[in-house]
Amino acid sequence: MNAPVKSAKLIKGATSDWEMVIGLEVHAQVTSNSKLFSGASTQFGGDPNIHVSLVDAAMPGMLPVINEEAVKQAVRTGLGLKAKINLRSVFDRKNYFYPDLPQGYQISQYKSPVVGEGEVQVDLDDGDSITVGIERLHLEQDAGKSLHDQHPTMSYVDLNRSGVALMEIVSKPDIRSSEQAKAYVSKLRTILRYLGTCDGDMEKGNLRADVNVSVRKPGEPFGTRCEIKNVNSIRFIGQAIEYEARRQIGILEDGGSIDQETRLFDPGKGETRSMRSKEEAHDYRYFPDPDLLPLEFSQDFVDQLAAALPELPDQKKARFIGEFALTPYDAAVLVSERESADFYEAVLAVLADKARDGKLAANWVINELFGRLNKEGKDIAASPVSSAQLAAIVDLIGEGTISGKIAKDLFEIVWNEGGDPRALVEARGMKQVTDTGAIEKIVDEIVAANPDKVAQAQAKPALAGWFVGQVMKASGGKANPQAVNDLIKTKLGL
Amino acid sequence: MTDLTSLTLAEARDGLARKTFTSVELTDAHLAAMERARALNAYVLETPEQARAMARDADAKIGRGEGGPLAGISLGIKDLFATRDVRTTACSKILGDFKPPYESTVTTQLWRDGAVMLGKLNNDEFAMGSSNETSCFGPVVNPWRRDGSDAKLVPGGSSGGSASAVAAGLCLGATGTDTGGSIRQPAAFTGIVGIKPTYGRCSRWGIVAFASSLDQAGPFARTVRDTAILLRSMAGHDPKDTTSVDRAVPDYEAAIGKSVKGLRIGIPKEYRLDGMPSEIDRLWSQGAEWLKAAGAELVEVSLPHTKYALPAYYIVAPAEASSNLARYDGVRYGARVDGNNIVEMYENTRASGFGAEVKRRVMIGTYVLSAGYYDAYYLRAQKVRTLIKKDFEDCFAQGVHAILTPATPSAAFGIGEKTGADPIEMYLNDIFTVTVNMAGLPGIAVPAGKDAQGLPLGLQLIGRPFDEETLFSLGEVIEQAAGHFTPTRWWG
Repeated sequence: MNAPVKSAKLIKGATSDWEMVIGLEVHAQVTSNSKLFSGASTQFGGDPNIHVSLVDAAMPGMLPVINEEAVKQAVRTGLGLKAKINLRSVFDRKNYFYPDLPQGYQISQYKSPVVGEGEVQVDLDDGDSITVGIERLHLEQDAGKSLHDQHPTMSYVDLNRSGVALMEIVSKPDIRSSEQAKAYVSKLRTILRYLGTCDGDMEKGNLRADVNVSVRKPGEPFGTRCEIKNVNSIRFIGQAIEYEARRQIGILEDGGSIDQETRLFDPGKGETRSMRSKEEAHDYRYFPDPDLLPLEFSQDFVDQLAAALPELPDQKKARFIGEFALTPYDAAVLVSERESADFYEAVLAVLADKARDGKLAANWVINELFGRLNKEGKDIAASPVSSAQLAAIVDLIGEGTISGKIAKDLFEIVWNEGGDPRALVEARGMKQVTDTGAIEKIVDEIVAANPDKVAQAQAKPALAGWFVGQVMKASGGKANPQAVNDLIKTKLGL
Repeated sequence: MTDLTSLTLAEARDGLARKTFTSVELTDAHLAAMERARALNAYVLETPEQARAMARDADAKIGRGEGGPLAGISLGIKDLFATRDVRTTACSKILGDFKPPYESTVTTQLWRDGAVMLGKLNNDEFAMGSSNETSCFGPVVNPWRRDGSDAKLVPGGSSGGSASAVAAGLCLGATGTDTGGSIRQPAAFTGIVGIKPTYGRCSRWGIVAFASSLDQAGPFARTVRDTAILLRSMAGHDPKDTTSVDRAVPDYEAAIGKSVKGLRIGIPKEYRLDGMPSEIDRLWSQGAEWLKAAGAELVEVSLPHTKYALPAYYIVAPAEASSNLARYDGVRYGARVDGNNIVEMYENTRASGFGAEVKRRVMIGTYVLSAGYYDAYYLRAQKVRTLIKKDFEDCFAQGVHAILTPATPSAAFGIGEKTGADPIEMYLNDIFTVTVNMAGLPGIAVPAGKDAQGLPLGLQLIGRPFDEETLFSLGEVIEQAAGHFTPTRWWG
């Protein structure tokens, strides 16, 4: 049953090729100071039950009041997903009993979500790109947490998280491989982080996904799907999909049929297992929450949020390519994290000649800085080289004051010791020699001392490189390589 | 000195202001009356120490000339209102000895204006009932008896304790809540005045929820003027309840005595039920005549969807209740009955904590919201509700200022008389009142006469949204014509 993957899109089975059909429900915690319907703090961590209001604990007679900031965040996210914003939406109650669900229902949006259809452009590693449709985005309350390890026979409940605002972002079943699914979640996470509407911290559970997987023979209608609940890392999303698709193909090729069910992914074993069948599915008895009026706002409210929206990764990428002639790959690397793009923009902001050196700056940010940060396991926020320092190094290269090679030495010094790059170049005599008189003197000495090499080079011009190397060495790397080249060619009569 | 408990709220207010007596004296008189009247089972908790402390505070403020509009006035509070550090149970075992660390908005406003709390009043469990027989503290007894009989009668429900206490002089006024008639029906059964204001007029924050889209707080008192005085303090916008309406609260008392000349009063033909006792019919005609004599104009109106109101109500209210009562799960507060696992604990707790009527409604509500039944029941009931609302809108659009109906289809009945196998018999008590909740309108019940057995009967006036003032003006016309109704004391 472990059919090998034929391509990114199709899985070859014993009897046929199979296509995966994947849709994701991403739960993203809204970045806001207080909860969706109460004034309690959303701060992570802290002792159990310290961020709990009377509303969160569902005391008798308590009523929810919508947090306007959470609504704004949902609308901003909708705009970022190029989605339809619904000026009227309704909060419903989803009824079920669970100890960490104090009200006995979750306030969610069922029939009328705040955000309707939209789309996300997803770039894949192979250079392809796909468009994943967004079905809807709705606001809902998070539940609390049951703690089963505090007492031998009892479970404890921590309501700090109870009532925190979540956005559930539901994709259309437009995804056809685990790679696409991972790329989609990464892109969605990037967009949310650009918007500042969710911090995307998957370790804290602030972004998690329910993954719907089915398989079919290409061209056939959708198969029966299984939903894998609460997968909390991008890597696990990929693993869960791969396992689940193969499990389903195995059953179908053996002549079986797929039972619609909810499954759990076990990261330890790398497998999914049944949680509850369709027959055991809850009847949530959704109905409009009578404690809350329908959520209504004006187009003007939406327009104001749209006007204040930050530049999003797709726009930024296009601008980097258009203005600075970056390769699509480099542009994609820079925009994939908001912090990276911000750093690059900060370098651009103080660069002496953006038009000339924008591309060079990108190379330095990606290759030298990111390379070095990765090597040391450092975050960009902890970079010892500031955007201003990096811009100064790029300026020095661009204006011809130092060579690229010297610049790497300079970068090392700045990384380890800090300081103003321009002052360092002066103080340590790292300036590139462009004075042709001085270079000519060195060239003449080397030509005179090596008549045999001169003859060889004249016979085979490619060997002139040896002279260039000797001159650079003699100048301590400070000679302008172009000037050296030109002079050697003249002296050797090439 | 006259018996302070027989004063109207307005008279007591004026006496306190003139320093004819103190709030402590007024409070003590009520506390003594409560002690003598325990047979009525109106109070489920007496709070004498707190009452005297509040009274002393009120006296001090009156002395300094700082007394609020209700300074020193002794009130009873329905046990559905959360009162800080004072046991609040909704008369259900499931809340145990729950003492909320918070005070409802409505009672907060009453204390802000200087009122004194005498204690917590009995009600049907979670306000589910029309006779106050479903309380875990036992039934409330109506201070009224049939002529020549000592059979105990119900005071109506769910605010039966409030109605009985006000009628028996155990407080000057009381709070109630009305989801389908729970203020107006008991007011009618006990010969007093009760008003359910427009939905959104009073904050629901801190009131134990029954059916959120229907619940509304309102006052009971022995005169129309007294209810107007109380409503002014109870009403108002509350940012903590987004269904409360941000609209200035008028001086309702100013509406008392205002001419009703030229007001158009609708008489809905659909409220003339088959088999309705002739004395109810006569009372209704009498009320219409009184209003006409005061200069109002009577017009027959049609509210064609009235007959669907009761069935639709008994879908919407239980649906919301089934969800609102899910929080009573034994996990965080109130009673808990342990089990071998969490599901057993839920089952044991809810099975022993809820009474039969509450269980019935939770089950009805769960059923009508279930997959496959939602469209046929809940959704259809909501459509009916829209039509009922439109009936009233159409009526008001024709220039009708208020609608006159009977408050109840009969006078008070005996305890145990309607608790048989068929709950519909009990539900029919609300036939004239549920439409008003379904439409979110204000409705007032005013005593207007007695039946052949000497029991009080009430009339209901239904008003335009937020036009409680017209109801007070009209209600007082009926009150002036009909006089006051005081039960003969038999309870000690």
